[in-house]
Amino acid sequence: MSSRPNLPPLRLHVPEPSFRPGDDADFSAFDIPAAGAAPRPAVEATPHDFRDLSYSLVRVLDDDGRAVGPWDPKLSPDTVRAILKAMALTRAFDERMYRAQRQGKTSFYMKCTGEEAIACAQAFALHRDDMCFPSYRQQGLLIARDWPLVDMMNQIYSNKGDRLQGKQLPIMYSTKEGSFFSISGNLATQLPQAVGWAMASAIKGDTRIAATWCGEGSTAEGDFHSAMTFATVYKAPVILNVVNNQWAISSFSGFAGGEATTFAARAIGYGIAGLRVDGNDALAVYAATERAAERARTNQGPTLIEFFTYRAEGHSTSDDPSAYRSAQEREKWPLGDPISRLKQHLVTIGEWDDERHAAMDLDCANAVKAAQKEAEKNGILGHGMHQPMSTMFEGVFETLPWHLEEQRQEMLAEARAAGIETT
Amino acid sequence: MNMIQAINSALDVLMDRDPNIVVMGEDVGYFGGVFRATAGLQSKYGKTRVFDTPISELGIIGVAVGMGAYGLRPVPEIQFADYIYPALDQLVSEAARLRYRSAGDFTAPITVRSPFGGGIFGGQTHSQSPEGIFTHVSGLKTVIPSTPYDAKGLLIAAIEDNDPVIFFEPKRIYNGPFSGHYDRPAQNWSQHPAGEVPDGYYRIDLGKAQVVRPGEALTVLAYGTMVHVCAGVIEEQGIDAELIDLRTLLPLDIETIEASVKKTGRCMIVHEATRTSGFGAELSALVQERCFYHLEAPIERVTGYDTPYPHSLEWAYFPGPVRIGEALKKIMKD
Repeated sequence: MSSRPNLPPLRLHVPEPSFRPGDDADFSAFDIPAAGAAPRPAVEATPHDFRDLSYSLVRVLDDDGRAVGPWDPKLSPDTVRAILKAMALTRAFDERMYRAQRQGKTSFYMKCTGEEAIACAQAFALHRDDMCFPSYRQQGLLIARDWPLVDMMNQIYSNKGDRLQGKQLPIMYSTKEGSFFSISGNLATQLPQAVGWAMASAIKGDTRIAATWCGEGSTAEGDFHSAMTFATVYKAPVILNVVNNQWAISSFSGFAGGEATTFAARAIGYGIAGLRVDGNDALAVYAATERAAERARTNQGPTLIEFFTYRAEGHSTSDDPSAYRSAQEREKWPLGDPISRLKQHLVTIGEWDDERHAAMDLDCANAVKAAQKEAEKNGILGHGMHQPMSTMFEGVFETLPWHLEEQRQEMLAEARAAGIETT
Repeated sequence: MNMIQAINSALDVLMDRDPNIVVMGEDVGYFGGVFRATAGLQSKYGKTRVFDTPISELGIIGVAVGMGAYGLRPVPEIQFADYIYPALDQLVSEAARLRYRSAGDFTAPITVRSPFGGGIFGGQTHSQSPEGIFTHVSGLKTVIPSTPYDAKGLLIAAIEDNDPVIFFEPKRIYNGPFSGHYDRPAQNWSQHPAGEVPDGYYRIDLGKAQVVRPGEALTVLAYGTMVHVCAGVIEEQGIDAELIDLRTLLPLDIETIEASVKKTGRCMIVHEATRTSGFGAELSALVQERCFYHLEAPIERVTGYDTPYPHSLEWAYFPGPVRIGEALKKIMKD
């Protein structure tokens, strides 16, 4: 170590979140642009025209629940109600599955509480056959696409009805038919894959586009950089969504570089259109996605959208957020709750009321309860109603090579010798 | 044809038949590849089917996995096998697992071509043989040709395969077979029977080894450049060895290996890759398990040493005629 007395010693900066357990959470210094203030570039606008939007916040719903400004997507009340319903159903699903995990019916679950507007409203802004490459917190896409809840639960229970044959950790859904790409535990790997899918669509002269999601924590992975580079180089018809919910397990967004800049601003260096959006404002989410989809569909290239939101609950059923952040954060979060805000909007425009909302919540709870009952007929984790043991060897390759066939026979013989049921 | 031309021909023949095949990688487009393996393909099939990529191995493979999920049949190139590591997550966690984790809903029918192996004064980062990393991954197939004829037939089979295939091309023998005698004039494929390659379509099924030289005294298992080095040493020593070119490491042709060792009672395994946990260890274990009562001597492994690939001491490192020759004598004495 060399030390020169005339120079001050160097200091390493290690980011620290504003509030820790026991602290009062105070977001008053937090700069929230007014709803309606952000301009809306034309479809044919260049990435450069989005520059300021990368540092702003696209917001449509004002504090009174009115939809204001150029980003108002002017959706019919029916569509807004459908988005609200998808969000409410997603929350009810999460509640029920969280409880199922606590009851020991499955090993693991992850809620998306507080982030429902993102996946749900986006599903309405995309075509049904646009390919989604989600992370593990976009269950709202499936629910908004009316994917059967029973099928999702079968996967969570790894039971006899699980299309993934119990091979995957709960919530790592996959359905080609639902245009929902197989979820991987490895973070951010889906980003370059989505870009590749979009490139393939362009190579074939298709009209479908791709969309992909990651959290702000995952933007630190090399895959994010590669995806952005390939997306811009080939002008891939893809939407890259960064869900900035402030937390990557126990690490706040500062550890992904969020102290110095916004995640939307990452787009600028790549020459990609970047948008920063109020992630708890379903109408802003819809409008931003719609514009990004139009850009992709008209060969204007990729769009990066940062959705500014808050992870209202723990990272997963294996996590206890009270160990690393202030318990007050959730209630003081200045962008509120996405469901309450959309509900207020519908009430404000005279298209909704408390009674109908309560009835909808009851419907959702009943639908989830009925689906759960149905799914549990196929078994829950660890209660014997799993797939036959030999399915373990299927799908490693298209056909079973000799060494896997040998291992399969070995396993079955050992199980039979030990008196274990193999089917 | 030399091996480069054979590979080029395989790509050409298949691209002509299947519009879903795309070729991508660093410098593979306009320029035709640093080894010329993709020369002429872009002008023939267009820029959307043969194109240059950014210098990002993870990006190349990640994008290829996405294209495969769409329904294309991508053939990405990694310029040197030494540079495949940034793509390991995409290969191991994604390409290899996609069919399994989605229960067949999505697949990754990609073929990753990459020049590999030493003997060219490539030093640490242009000589490696990382096949053992990939044979350890469930869900990947690993193929290594040793002649132009095999290279074309195997590459066609690899691209047509619906599972991800790692296709390592021994760059030391791109232009001609190599006996390991680096001080002798270079040979070229025009004098070798396997340099005769049909212009059209043919395939060599994956998972099938080839007995290059039948024999009774011992079995030599090799692949890539080492097939030719071993053939040379066997001839020089006048030993009646059975030389088997594995061609596909996974799935392995265990029947051919087992039948040979049961006949000869001795087995020698030769590869360029480092020894510890190398593919030779798997071969040795399989032979031991299956041929134990037929073995008359311990199984011998001649491999690269457990060091990074050196530059100036290449010929001391490379499993050449001296090292293989000594091992042959030893195993015959045991």
